[in-house]
Amino acid sequence: MTTIAPAPAPDVARTTASAPAPPPRRTRSRAEKWMTVAFLAPTVIGMGVFTVLPILASVVLAFFQWDIISAPEFVGLRNFTELVTDRTVRVSFLNTVVFVVVAVTLQLSLAMTLAVLVQGRMPAWLRLFFRSTFFFPLILSAASVSIFMRYMFNEQFGVVNWLLTNVGLPAVPWLTTTTGASLVVVLVYVWQNFGFTFLILLGGIASIPKELYEAADLDGAKGWSKFRNVTLPLVSPTLLVASVTAIITALQVFDQPYVLTRGGPGDSTRSAVMVVYQTAFQQLEFGKASAIGLVLMVLIMLVTLAQFRLSRRYVHYQ
Amino acid sequence: MSAPAHTPSRAAGSAPRRRRRRGLPTPGRVAGFLFLLVAAVAVLGPVMWTLSTSLRSPSEAFDLPPKFFPTDPDTTAYSEVARQIDLVRLVLNSALVTALIATGQMLTAAMAGYVFARMRFRGSGLMFGVVLATMMVPVQVTIVPVFMLVRGMGLADTLLALIIPAIPTAFGTFLMRQYFMGLPNDFAEAAALDGASPWRTFFSIYAPLSLPGMAIVGILAFNYHWNEFFRPLILTISEQNFTLPLGLVSLQGNLGTGSISVVLAGVVISMIPALIVFVFGQRYLREGLTAGSSK
Repeated sequence: MTTIAPAPAPDVARTTASAPAPPPRRTRSRAEKWMTVAFLAPTVIGMGVFTVLPILASVVLAFFQWDIISAPEFVGLRNFTELVTDRTVRVSFLNTVVFVVVAVTLQLSLAMTLAVLVQGRMPAWLRLFFRSTFFFPLILSAASVSIFMRYMFNEQFGVVNWLLTNVGLPAVPWLTTTTGASLVVVLVYVWQNFGFTFLILLGGIASIPKELYEAADLDGAKGWSKFRNVTLPLVSPTLLVASVTAIITALQVFDQPYVLTRGGPGDSTRSAVMVVYQTAFQQLEFGKASAIGLVLMVLIMLVTLAQFRLSRRYVHYQ
Repeated sequence: MSAPAHTPSRAAGSAPRRRRRRGLPTPGRVAGFLFLLVAAVAVLGPVMWTLSTSLRSPSEAFDLPPKFFPTDPDTTAYSEVARQIDLVRLVLNSALVTALIATGQMLTAAMAGYVFARMRFRGSGLMFGVVLATMMVPVQVTIVPVFMLVRGMGLADTLLALIIPAIPTAFGTFLMRQYFMGLPNDFAEAAALDGASPWRTFFSIYAPLSLPGMAIVGILAFNYHWNEFFRPLILTISEQNFTLPLGLVSLQGNLGTGSISVVLAGVVISMIPALIVFVFGQRYLREGLTAGSSK
């Protein structure tokens, strides 16, 4: 993805080429060795203890039944087979997949449309206003956003239904029906996260050489054809990164359904991560929770690997 | 049909042929602009509603029509939210957790990033690869063992349980390594010729130069941990150790829809530090957030 690297991207080649600076080798190397160890220790040990070790522990734990109090009991693959047989787990994974598809599609198309539109002719301050506005929800906490959105989607007193009834539409039971609640979770999630995709795409579009648009102008290309033949192919590496990032983030959705609906009504908005949380910390089935977590991690890794495969086949580089 | 008066100097420089196209906007342009405007209203509307409703008296906060502008503000909700929950405590907890994580990440990421950028040793490539790979691991996968680990260390239900595991940062290390690789090597060579120790080379030359990179790491850490909900929900148990988002969610749960302006007052207070960062550090935040997408 080197083609779209923005300004501060460092000059890797040059640094490696001139790296070994030999002069007073012996006296330096001892101090350097100490420094290497001392500087790496916090990060490397910290990651070993708080990331690598926990993953290994999760893998072991996934084959046990353990409630933290009594002794762990080896149960083989049962925790994994339960992922399929346990209705709540199965439903929550299906919910998460549907959520990812709907939310990411909406997020990408919205962000792409806005990123293209904001490049249109307008005063600089206005462009800055739009950019800052779309970026703004990213700095808020998903919990806070879900708190006020829950009030806004209230069936009787909420702003959303007030607006709907004022334009002659019927009030919608947003949070009390399965479809309504799922839709609210998607909308609130996209409201908060589209700005991130927007920013990434904006960077990608900004790095397209202006001459290409001028050439397209000379060929008499109009808006849509310019988008289809210049913007889209050239922004496709960025679009791929943006969609993978969006998918990975969406797979881990938790805050919004937890605060908005607590997973209800029924299990309709229960996400995979919510089930990890409930299985571990409410039902005290730590082994099963680890198994669910691992499946989620494998899903995320598959998406990341797919990115590498796809970027070789479909993405147009300049 | 000529260009209207308000297309100023920008048009003047370009070829006169273009002038016609810079004239009246086409219907497509107008529709596009309206779409942008609707999106901006959809983003700002809920925020304005939250602010205005937090400034209504608790008894009429949920009255219709809703308010989007804080005309005739009433600050009862703000004193009420401080009465309902230990707001000062929540803010201090959040501030302490966020500040320590951000500082810790800036320092450790700068140190590790420096070594990965400028020093070669056996296994450095592999080690950096492992650090990068941990970026793919979602926090939810490690949370159960981390919870047990923290418990085993005797840190259960303390703020340190939130702080310590969050300090080692793969993304921050990656960012700082990129930053150091972008700095010229000549300083190190000159310093070595002058007989400066590697420590001195780092502390007096490269560390000061890397401050903008560290600012990015710090602001990203602030933005993430000030707002985070999942880890505090699991790693803290008693209310005296809650962080702000957790405290607000439990306040909403306790109050129902009775006094929404009280909850919203808390939400507005929780937004203030983020807003300050947004105003003064937006550039760093943008650079940091998009850095991972252009590697």
